[in-house]
Amino acid sequence: MEKILEVKDLRVSFHTYAGEVQAVRGISFYLKKGETLAVVGESGCGKTVTSKSLMRLIPEPPGEIKKGSQILFDGRDISLMSERELRELRGSDISMIFQDPMTSLNPTMTIGKQISESLVIHRGMSKTEAMSEAIKMLDLVNIPDADKRAHQYPHEFSGGMRQRAMIAIALACNPKILIADEPTTALDVTIQAQIMELIADLQVKLGTAVILVTHDLGVVADVADRIQVMYAGQIIEHGTIDEIFKSPQHPYTWALLQSVPRLDTKNKGKLYSLKGTPPDLIKPPIGCPFAARCEYCMQICREEMPEVTVISENHEVLCWLKHSMAPKIDIPEALRGDK
Amino acid sequence: MAQLSKEKFQIIGCENANADEISRASMTYWQDAWRRLKQNKVATASLIILILISIMTIVGQYINGFEFQLTNNELSNVEPNLTHWFGTDNLGRDIFSRVWAGGRVSIIIGLVGAFIDTVVGSIYGGISGFFGGIVDDIMMRIVEILGSIPWLIIVILVSLIFKKGILAIIIAMTITGWVGMARLVRGQLLQIKEQEYVLAAAALGANPSRIIARHLLPNTLGIMIVAITFDIPSFIFGEAFLSYLGQGIQSPNTSWGALASAAQPNLMFYPYQLFFPSLFISLTMLSFTLLGDGLRDALDPRLRQ
Amino acid sequence: MLKFLLKRIGYMFVTVWIVATITFMLIHAIPGDPLASAARKLPEQIRINFYEKYGLNDTVIVQYGRFMKNIVLHGDLGESLAYPGRKVSDVIKLHAPVSARLGIQAVSMGFFLGVSLGILAAFNRGKWPDYIVMFIAILGISVPSFVMASLLQYFFTVQNMWLPTTGWGGFEHTILPSIALSFGSIATYARYMRANTLDVIGQDYILTAKSKGITKLSLVWKHVIRNAILPAITILGPQLAGIFVGAFVIESIFAIPGLGFNFVSAVGDRDYTMVLGQTVFICTLVIISYVVVDIVYGLIDPRIRLTGEKR
Repeated sequence: MEKILEVKDLRVSFHTYAGEVQAVRGISFYLKKGETLAVVGESGCGKTVTSKSLMRLIPEPPGEIKKGSQILFDGRDISLMSERELRELRGSDISMIFQDPMTSLNPTMTIGKQISESLVIHRGMSKTEAMSEAIKMLDLVNIPDADKRAHQYPHEFSGGMRQRAMIAIALACNPKILIADEPTTALDVTIQAQIMELIADLQVKLGTAVILVTHDLGVVADVADRIQVMYAGQIIEHGTIDEIFKSPQHPYTWALLQSVPRLDTKNKGKLYSLKGTPPDLIKPPIGCPFAARCEYCMQICREEMPEVTVISENHEVLCWLKHSMAPKIDIPEALRGDK
Repeated sequence: MAQLSKEKFQIIGCENANADEISRASMTYWQDAWRRLKQNKVATASLIILILISIMTIVGQYINGFEFQLTNNELSNVEPNLTHWFGTDNLGRDIFSRVWAGGRVSIIIGLVGAFIDTVVGSIYGGISGFFGGIVDDIMMRIVEILGSIPWLIIVILVSLIFKKGILAIIIAMTITGWVGMARLVRGQLLQIKEQEYVLAAAALGANPSRIIARHLLPNTLGIMIVAITFDIPSFIFGEAFLSYLGQGIQSPNTSWGALASAAQPNLMFYPYQLFFPSLFISLTMLSFTLLGDGLRDALDPRLRQ
Repeated sequence: MLKFLLKRIGYMFVTVWIVATITFMLIHAIPGDPLASAARKLPEQIRINFYEKYGLNDTVIVQYGRFMKNIVLHGDLGESLAYPGRKVSDVIKLHAPVSARLGIQAVSMGFFLGVSLGILAAFNRGKWPDYIVMFIAILGISVPSFVMASLLQYFFTVQNMWLPTTGWGGFEHTILPSIALSFGSIATYARYMRANTLDVIGQDYILTAKSKGITKLSLVWKHVIRNAILPAITILGPQLAGIFVGAFVIESIFAIPGLGFNFVSAVGDRDYTMVLGQTVFICTLVIISYVVVDIVYGLIDPRIRLTGEKR
């Protein structure tokens, strides 16, 4: 399967009064046609900045995509595109849906019009053509009474319906990539499942590749093909879903997996929680960013960034524990032998 | 890459000491607000200007030796010079002294008026907001109706009822002026009542007076301070407005408004007579407004650093 | 929706009635003999006849009843005390058009110029257009309208004789007074719109719109301005009220024969019935404009129009 997106050594910083915040510190990854890549990590790890940078939606200033970064799509480098080229790209080749459907829709414009907007601009449709296409999209995302709903305003929709409308807006022009930034975080648990199902469904129907950004590993389990785990602006591990869930390698990944509360744990012990907070990105640590919170931290971890260890074609990890000189640490008991 | 020695690969675990450490000593809300205000250059400059003007209103009229009511028909309508720094008016009175004597009156009206507005408004708004329900409904209806009569019209009408003078002016301007403050305080109270930290305090068993003192008051105080700062210029303006209508301070006493309105007909011939009182009216109103802006930013708890 | 309309209009009538009552009571609280203050040396007999004719001997309650009856049934706001025979309504009919012309110019200038400046400042945040607009805004809020009027008068008519100092006639007579009258409004709108527009620009739905790749013009017009301008309409009411009253002093300074100028003279003449009648008229206008603005806003904002409830 061919790669439709390749990111090489992406660095994104923000220039603030307090100093330069290095939100993304040199990450590289790719996306294949039609696959779902999950980008996982806690708040502040740089996953949202990464996703917004793919579409150059970070205001520059104060943001800056550093020289040497490459975002290769369709033979062109997004980081070098002009404003006009970006406008052609957005909504038509790459689309995005956001976390809070309540505030992400224009309150004074009908849903139908908000869907039609991209169709008129990118597909050159007339207003009437675009509107009927918009109604088809609303149907596609399972909104009943689509023709009536198209003329309604966002506040007349429920939370779950609004998120569906967002999806309709994003997929109207059949983009090659859909970036979903925490699409279910603001929704009820039952609706979460529906939305994820819808996205998976549409993906099959339209052949869209999806980048799913989330802090919730539970959401990822059923839909992702590959997962990459981010911490303090770097990708510390990435692999296929099987590899990550069945044989995770990085202590942070272990912590994330252990933090997912489960109903079927045999021992009713305390809930696992990882102590501490992510490091300050104005003065990022020299060594491994996770050193301060890692129970397996070694002297070398504090002094130098670990090298990439390749475990398989799709599975790589950034950790000194994989070095030949390091002690052999096994996957924690709690994570072994599940699934 | 440096040689990697075996020792570097011993597990030493994480340093939890750093992890939850708070880096800076925390400041109280008021300390933080004062610090932020000082950083705001415009607001600080305004504060300094206001302090200077206030000092001048206290001592200004005594500086150059001319009493503000002293007339001298030989020296009427003299342009500003080294003896009469701001010139003289049509009765030969020294304008410099008159400006500072008048300033005293204008600023006192501003301060007293704003104070009354605040006290009355806060009590009214406080009762309305605290009790809520039907008490709040009725009280707010009354406020709505009072508020829909243009303030300046009430000021004019009420000023006709009383004998002209400072008291009449203050009464006229405060009789519905407190409405704005009442709405503000009530709004703030309603908002705070719903806030989670008040619920938390109540859940922890704090009694009502403690809740009022520790939670409701400090937050309302900030809003009130800002409101007072914005209220004072309205009074200075109102007093000047009344003077232009002939209902202001009467001779021989004077105020900035009285000075300005008296000089208005002479604009073509003696512009300086209008210039100085107008300058100080505008400067004072401007400074209070800018200070108010700065205070509002400094006291906004969401901007705390 | 209909309920909303009816409620507002009913409320309007009640408020107007209460305001008229309050005004009546205030006027009748003014001490002194109205006729004596009109500085007329009338022979005893004529004064007695006058009192008889205007029912000034009756109790306040009776006078109030007559006052309300006249207004509601005949639209009669009373007669002048200083110039007997002159009806208040006639005076209003004569002078209101002048004030209306000035007022409309001032309100339009205030709204359109103020809103545009505010939007301009918001889109150029931190750059020089922002500073200039903020400077103008601060000036407009702090410098009283009469000081502005004097400044304009001095500079444009005394120092340089570009425009007429006082009077009323052609378009040139309306320029300076309109500017003086609207300056405060321009400043208020500019500040308000700037804050509002900045607020809207920071909203999530703007990011959504951007991610669709729409043109800058579309973004600004259909997404930013459409949402930012709605709240500006709500302050139209108080702004109108401010211009009504601001006209008092501006018309006096520029000797414009409008309602405001007339009102000021009536106050000076102690022509209390005239003051009463004109006050009721102006207050009614103010209240009506508040309600109209309220209703218009309710129709424009889809959130209120469709659910019929206040936000």
